[in-house]
Amino acid sequence: MSISVSTNLSIVVVEPDPDRARLIAEALAQAGGHDVHIIGSESGLSRAISTRDPDIVLVDVTNPSRDVLEELTLASSPLERPVAMFVDRSDDSLTRAAIEAGVSAYVVDGMRPDRIRPIIDAAIARFQMFQQMRTELEATKRALEERKIIDRAKGMIMKARNVEEEEAYALLRRTAMDQGKRVAEVAESLVSTAGLLA
Amino acid sequence: MSLTSLRAGFIPLIDCAPFAIAHEIGFAEEEGLALELSSAPSWSALRDQLALGHVDAAHMLAPVPVAVALGLGGMPARFDALSVMSINGNVIGVSKALGQRMAEAGHDFGFDNAEAAGRALLQAVQGRLRIGVPFPFSMHAELVYHWLGALGLPSPQGLDVRTVPPPQMAVALAKGEIDAFCVGEPWGSIAVEGGHGALLLPGSAIWAGAPEKVLAVRHDWAQEHQDLAKRLIRAIWRAQRWLGQAENLSTASEILARRAYLDMSADIIERALTGHLIVTPEGTRRAAPGFLRFYDGAAGFPWRSQALWIADRLAARTGLPRAQAAQAARAVFRSDLYREALTTTRADLPGASEKVEGANLAPRPVASQQGTLVLQPDAFFDGAIFDPASLK
Repeated sequence: MSISVSTNLSIVVVEPDPDRARLIAEALAQAGGHDVHIIGSESGLSRAISTRDPDIVLVDVTNPSRDVLEELTLASSPLERPVAMFVDRSDDSLTRAAIEAGVSAYVVDGMRPDRIRPIIDAAIARFQMFQQMRTELEATKRALEERKIIDRAKGMIMKARNVEEEEAYALLRRTAMDQGKRVAEVAESLVSTAGLLA
Repeated sequence: MSLTSLRAGFIPLIDCAPFAIAHEIGFAEEEGLALELSSAPSWSALRDQLALGHVDAAHMLAPVPVAVALGLGGMPARFDALSVMSINGNVIGVSKALGQRMAEAGHDFGFDNAEAAGRALLQAVQGRLRIGVPFPFSMHAELVYHWLGALGLPSPQGLDVRTVPPPQMAVALAKGEIDAFCVGEPWGSIAVEGGHGALLLPGSAIWAGAPEKVLAVRHDWAQEHQDLAKRLIRAIWRAQRWLGQAENLSTASEILARRAYLDMSADIIERALTGHLIVTPEGTRRAAPGFLRFYDGAAGFPWRSQALWIADRLAARTGLPRAQAAQAARAVFRSDLYREALTTTRADLPGASEKVEGANLAPRPVASQQGTLVLQPDAFFDGAIFDPASLK
């Protein structure tokens, strides 16, 4: 297989969210003048990728459709270009960095590591940003949910013991301290077991 | 007692139950283990998490550790299957249009006859059959190739087997991207609930004793942490024994229904656990004995012959030399470690570590340590026999 260094690489990014897809494409464009194609729809994914015949496929590690790409790693005819996960031939630290950042890359067999590296590096940086955003969003959501559960537990205590809101909260906090738990955990167990009595 | 933490990954499916039960009912704790369970988004992601040490144990498709040993898919690694987590549990389903044509041609959707169902399917399908499976290296794919291959369809060429993640299976059927599927529960029942198709067969009608999921770890990890590995084997064995008792299945359904596991109605989960399925959107009920087994007949025993059967099938399809594939696969299923782990329990284990796959048409008593072991049926619908001795 002869690989020309002068031509641009063809990259497919599998990403259903259009905003994220745009950000990834921008980052990859900065890594060189590559031909980047976004596939947003998960239906017919395998066929869509085969048609483009890319050098590299990038996909979020949390995307269930990653399993579809495994199909591409099984070359069934000598004319098909085998696609391997890039970790087969790249250094281990890059692999770990990529997977920890949440990006999976499939690379055509025989691709030179120095050509892949800048692309993977750019993808890693972008995915790290997404991951941070996701973690923050989850923390916010969790805080909101906890708030709601604590409010429900407070309401239940106020009704059952005929006390004011402040006293109900103080009781929750005291119980949490006694049990070495968080207020939200005590509230959660109260709310979930109270269903038994209703 | 301080517990040893152990990170374990699973895919949200009914057959992840041994992990969930070991954790929730306290069998892991009994062995001094604190299981930190995390659900994975895909089989390839879970396989990579295990290879890279993000988890130490995984609920894994039985063919994956064998495929890895043969160098098929993913990064270079070496996995051991410490035990078989479940036997059977898959369903074959067809689209509404295809099901209708089959019914019009006189098929009764009896849910028990793989030959009749297969012939009706091949007759009703227009063009090349497109069938979805969750992963290229899976018992789902093997069952489909064996079933339709035995009925004369040249496989793999005669078939268009496509990878579709289980939660997308019903949608792919509804959109007409596939004509049929083979998938683990609850995803077949979800397709029926949504009115997108009907269930044609349980996987057990094709092969009555198919090793479905295994308890997979890195080979190096098992060697370095033999004591931990054995404690894990025992915890899972006790969870499987608990799951083997019918009176526990409602509780198991409730546990699996929780958000940390399947996050869906316990009613749907209970169907697969009890083997009483609803096979059409109109509500037709069918019973499938042995639909999903965790315990009876030493279900957890990792037979070397199971690894060899899988390796032989993968080798035949990918063009690898059969003898070499057998050599690489034999040691993947750790019947040796499984025996050592369970000597302190009351488990009755088989005397042999290989069996002729497909030979048991009915429950059959076999030589075992305590002389009480009765193996469950493991016949193929077409009477196929796999003798591991033929590979030597």
